Amino acid sequence: MDALIEYSPSLLAGAWITLQVALLSLLLAVSTGLLGAACKLSRIAPLRWWTALYTTVFRGVPDLVMMLLFFYGGQVILNVISDHLEREMVELDAFAAGVLTIGFIFGAYFTETFRGAFQAVPAGQMEAGRAYGMSDWQVFWHILFPQMLRYALPGIGNNWLVLLKSTAIVSMIGLADMTWLADQAGRSTHQPFTFYLAVCVLYLAMTAVSNHVLQHLQRRYNVGVREANV
Amino acid sequence: MEWFDPSVISGSLPEFWRGLWMTVQLTVFSLAVGFALAIPLSVARVSRNPWVSRPISAYTYFFRGTPMLVQLLLIYYGVGQSEWMQQQWESGNSFWLLFRDAYFCTMLAFSLNTCAYQLEMFAGAIRNVPHGEVEAAEAMGMTRYTVLRRIVLPSALRRAIPPLSNEVILMLQGSAIASAVTLVDLTGAARNVYSRHYAPFEAFIFAGLLYLAVTFVLVGLFRFAESHWLAHLQPRSASAQKD
Repeated sequence: MDALIEYSPSLLAGAWITLQVALLSLLLAVSTGLLGAACKLSRIAPLRWWTALYTTVFRGVPDLVMMLLFFYGGQVILNVISDHLEREMVELDAFAAGVLTIGFIFGAYFTETFRGAFQAVPAGQMEAGRAYGMSDWQVFWHILFPQMLRYALPGIGNNWLVLLKSTAIVSMIGLADMTWLADQAGRSTHQPFTFYLAVCVLYLAMTAVSNHVLQHLQRRYNVGVREANV
Repeated sequence: MEWFDPSVISGSLPEFWRGLWMTVQLTVFSLAVGFALAIPLSVARVSRNPWVSRPISAYTYFFRGTPMLVQLLLIYYGVGQSEWMQQQWESGNSFWLLFRDAYFCTMLAFSLNTCAYQLEMFAGAIRNVPHGEVEAAEAMGMTRYTVLRRIVLPSALRRAIPPLSNEVILMLQGSAIASAVTLVDLTGAARNVYSRHYAPFEAFIFAGLLYLAVTFVLVGLFRFAESHWLAHLQPRSASAQKD
């Protein structure tokens, strides 16, 4: 217990790193997902094919393999570039590699979520908007997008919870997130169980907070929808 | 510099196959153990008695709310912290010595993890079995156990096939973290090839392709299973056959 108290500032700093990785990845994943959904629903066939390839590959390869490829492969590319420019060698940042990998992997999952949600909005809604003289952009921003979010929210919530847990693998490329710091603290104090359990508790706390926020969002975006009551 | 040297891959093929075989073992074995445990536990999970259902929901809450990597590290590196466990190891107790074995610990962590997910899936499917089916069975004079064995479980298991296929694929991909505890699975083999040749593209792209190939096989198998066991739930229109 004393060891846990002694190392708690370091562990909490790690929790902050984990949270940063998770939130930045979420931002990247949502943007990629919106773009991907737009491509999947586009009339241009090659755009649809490339997006289908992207979602298949990024959902079919383990996150860890993808991360090692980005991290070590990215380093090789950086070395070649700095050689070419005759500059000093630049070290690839584990934080950036982690965010990019997790962001693009979950971008593939979000693509599917948003695609389904866009399709779930009844076409009559958009027709009604146009009948009122709205421009394409107004129809998208005031009618399609807010209703799409309502359908997408459960999927977004699920993806976020999975994303949050998959951040633990950044410890395997040496980023000092809470799992990595717990490993270090466990080794030096000979109390690995205590520290890994503390990491579990921190993850559970983050999940609990997320669930709370998601429920709130769900209620907000479901305003005006009657739910079945028995 | 050479960007992609296929001879790195062809020279390490046996290593990749051994890794793939380890990955398949880990995935299949933990899924099977998880499945065998999940069936009785899912029945207990939907029990009206809180003394039965609560501990199980605490178990799934923990295992579904934390990363599998941390669970694996907790089991493999964590158990040695207990002095009692260290005494067992010193006295050479062969059962507890298993907890020093990376292969056993990985199987244990993966099985407990997938069991938690599978049992919640089955519990959800049991709750969704149409009540009329149960009433009809009771009207036929079946005992509670017979209703469970002949009506509820078969119906629930069929309905759980689509989410189960998802879990199987997630387990295959999740198994990549086995290399964190020194096991040489497919990812571990790729890491070894990378560090020997400093060839990240060859090693990780080839491993990724092998994972993709196994994923495709699994998806195909589940498509077949769904068309076989879920045929009665499919819409009857001809358009449903399309994809």
